[in-house]
Parts: sequence; structure tokens; C-alpha cells
Amino acid sequence: MSIHFKPLGDSAILVTFGEGISEEIHLSIKKFLKILEDHGFTGYIEAVPSYTNICIYYDVYQVNQWKFEGSSPYEKVVNYIKILLQKEEIEVNETNRIIEIPVCYGGIYGPDLTEVATYNNLSEQEVIDIHTKNECLIYMLGFAPGFAFMGGMDEKIATPRKETPRLKIPAGSVGIAGKQTGIYPFETPGGWQIIGRTPLKLFLPDQNPPTLFRAGDRIRFVAISEEEYKNLAGETK
Amino acid sequence: MTMTILKPGLLTTIQDIGRKGSQQYGVIVSGAMDATSYRLGEILLQQHPSAAIEFTLVGPTVRFNCDTVFCLTGADFHPLLNGEACAMWKPVFAEAGSILKLQSCVSGARGYLHIKGGIQVEKTLGSYSTYIRAGIGGYKGRPLQKGDVLPILVSAPPQNNNWAIHPKDWISTSQDAIIRVLKGTEYERFTDESKAALENTTFTVTKDADRMGYRLEGEQPLTLEEKFELLSEAVTFGTMQVPSGGHPIILMADRQTTGGYPKIAQVISVDLPKLAQLQPFAKVRFELITLEEAQELIIKQEKEFGLLKKIVDGVV
Repeated sequence: MSIHFKPLGDSAILVTFGEGISEEIHLSIKKFLKILEDHGFTGYIEAVPSYTNICIYYDVYQVNQWKFEGSSPYEKVVNYIKILLQKEEIEVNETNRIIEIPVCYGGIYGPDLTEVATYNNLSEQEVIDIHTKNECLIYMLGFAPGFAFMGGMDEKIATPRKETPRLKIPAGSVGIAGKQTGIYPFETPGGWQIIGRTPLKLFLPDQNPPTLFRAGDRIRFVAISEEEYKNLAGETK
Repeated sequence: MTMTILKPGLLTTIQDIGRKGSQQYGVIVSGAMDATSYRLGEILLQQHPSAAIEFTLVGPTVRFNCDTVFCLTGADFHPLLNGEACAMWKPVFAEAGSILKLQSCVSGARGYLHIKGGIQVEKTLGSYSTYIRAGIGGYKGRPLQKGDVLPILVSAPPQNNNWAIHPKDWISTSQDAIIRVLKGTEYERFTDESKAALENTTFTVTKDADRMGYRLEGEQPLTLEEKFELLSEAVTFGTMQVPSGGHPIILMADRQTTGGYPKIAQVISVDLPKLAQLQPFAKVRFELITLEEAQELIIKQEKEFGLLKKIVDGVV
């Protein structure tokens, strides 16, 4: 696998592990993130993984003071990362977490379930069955705290975004946009087709990490009744 | 002890250097838009980093309910302390009951009110910065409102107060700015005309300019050689991205952590404060420099901050 480096501005570097969305690239990123966290350097600020790369933010002034090969702070960071990449591949011990997401589909919780069913020539129940069948892998978090970019949704229920976005989509809404599925952590405007809602809270600012999901988690949607939704919503409030 | 917000001004929020370390969970950085002014205020009060107040175009009016020391930095909001002109860029003592009135700014966009000891609010995820959409940080996770009472510390008058720094040495509030940029990660995928337009034409800040981002309007749209799909990846303060309409958006302090638009350029760190001081309808030109130059400028500025710190510690 060829690994590329490029700067993101003057205080960050993008380390790219491949092209396109694949579980193999995701695994390389996850392993490197672990090595990086174990061998953090003076001036290391934070790292943000995405589909194909990791962005590492660093303090230019602190890195400049390293007694390390490199004509600029950027070059020093590149040389340090090259050494980390040669490290013996450590075992990523933590077993992948599988998180079940209870979802009440349809009705007031999922006003677009009918549209998604009609668009794909399916019944509403078939859409629910397909949406709850596959495990989805979380590649990255972004867009909003706790919002997961995930892969693995069956394309049989892929549906384009709504032509006119809604002004308010409640927190916990589960939507489909093209081949993607996702969950809104807060109430926001948005154009996704909303098929259901989960009572779980995705953003937990008083905890560390502050989100229910982490990159690398797998999730499975589980259909629940309105009564179960209300019970669970009462518990998490 | 406390201070009371009598008039809130525009988009008045508590900020610090930003919330670092949680971007991988989608939590935005926030923090002062003009980080240079913020840092200078903290250095002048010999503290770092505390909760300070940022205001935009129209400043707040506040009453100090105890003896306190404060420092004003950023754009000039023509401050009045108990009705008399009040100095910026130095520690100022206010007796209990004093009223500080900040007016509107003519040049520049953002000002900072620092309080000795910092405003006494709790950190969330390691920062005091207000993140309005998530309702966290600052004071109750929202902009300050009339009647808010903020806890502060009592302070005695400074002993030697016969000095101030000269703001022109540190910041620019010009509305006709030259901003230095690096090539963005997708720079090479733009047409030659677009690359030339980036360097040789003038851009105007539109009215869509807030803490999240500045939408600019160019003399001509910036276009790609050919369309391509870009996966979401990290973006940062100063990233200049180009949506399909061809008019660039520069991401600011409250930017999202990731984005999927092609990035033609990246504003260098030391010029971000200049950008943060631009109002809608300001004119901007961009000048390409190298990464090595940009990093040298950061190092030079850090040394200047360090030197100022020593000088302040010596005189006070």
C-alpha cells in the first residue's frame, strides 16, 4: 500500500492510505491511529480520521524545537510519521464494538418511510427488514458531534434526498440520502429521507469520548414499537 | 462577585483558544475568531487561557458589580468607562458599579473583553468556548443576553499602569486586505483561469459571513478542470473550499470538522485574524506563499508573543 503525505494548511498534515471507501483502508487508518496515540509527540494536538486519510494537527512552534531531521516543522513531522509507519504492526486488541440502535420506523417518527418504499417498489415492512438486516461500519464522525458516516446499507433502499429540505428534523431521526444512511444527533434542517427515529442520545458532552459512536464501531438497527420508543425515550431523558 | 450584561451587543459569546482534541468525534473547535487579539489580551492580563468575551460589529454594555481589572483588544468599539473614553490594549481598573459601554466599530469586526482571572464559567470538553448549535460551553451554551450575571473575581488596581501596546504592531482591521494563502489540497484540479483569478482578482466578502464561514464573491466563478467526487475529509480554520457555484467559502472558527468540497487554497495561520476582522462587503486579494514561509511566520509570531510576555512580566 502506498502512503501519501500532504499538508492541510500550515499546521496539519494529511496522511492518505488509499483511494475510495473500503474496509481495508479503514483498518489501516485505525491501526495507525492507535500507533499515533501510543507514540504521541511533543506538539501533537489531535488526529481526525476520515475515509481515506488521517489529519494530524500539530503545534508548529513546538515541533520546530525538536532536534530531529527535517528542514521545516512539516518535514520533521513527515519524517517522524515515516518512522511510526515502520513500527511492528501492533495488534488492535479491542474487539470491534457492535452497537444496537433501536429505531421506531414510520408514522410520525419516520414520515418518509412511504416515499422510500414507493421509490424502490417495496412495501414499508420490506424497507424496515432491509434496513435492519445489514451491519453498518462507521468509517468516520463529522458534520456534527456524534454524526456517523457509515457504509453497508443495502442499495435496494437507496433513495435520493428530498427536493425541498425540511426546516426541522428532530434529534435521533434516522435517514437515507442516496446510498447512505445516518442519524441526526441534534434537531437541524436537512434533506434526508426520514424513515424512523431512535431514542438514544448520540452526543454526550459530559462524557469522554463525548459520543455514543466511535470510528470503527459496527451498528445494527433494531425495529421497536412506538410504546418501546416512548419507554426508552423516558429512560434516556 | 459578578458582572451584569446590560446590553448584549451582536453575537456576544464567551470564547478561548478553542476546543481541541474532540474533532475526531465531530465536535467543532470554535474559539476566538481573531486569535491574535485574544492572546494579546490574555498576555496583557498575565493569564492564559481564560474565558473572555467576543463581540461582533456592535459591542455590549456591562456593569462590574465588584472592583475588577479588564483589558480590551481587537477592533476599536470606542469604549466608554462611566461615560469617559477608555483605553484599550492595557489592563484597566474599574471600581464596583462601573459601567463599560462598547459602541459599534467602524473598522474591523470583532472585539474582546478580557477580565483579570477570567470569567468564572465551567469548561466543557476542555474549553470555555461557546458552541451554540450543540448548546455547550461559555455561558449556558448560548450568546450572552440582557440581564445575564457572570461570575468574576475581585481585583485590585494594577501598580504600574503607565503603558500600553501599539495595536498596529499586532493586528490589522483594514477592510481592503491582502491575505496570504497556501495552495489548497485540490489546487491543481482547478482550471488555469481559476488559479490565475485566485491570485489576480479581487474578492468581496458577502453578507453571509459569520463564525462558521465567509462566503466570498469573485469577479468570476472558480471552476474545476473536470468534476470529480471527493470523499469527506478533515477541513480546518482558513480552508477555502469551492462549492459547485464557483464562489469560495473560507471556513472560520465554528467550521465543521470535515467537508467534501474541493479546496483551492488555505489561509495561513498568522493571517486568519486579519480575515476575522473583515466585515461584509470588505475587499480581499490573495497572495500565494510557500508552506516553509507560512511556518516561519508562525515561529516568528510565537517568539514575539514570548518576548511581549517577558516585557509585561517585567513592567507589571
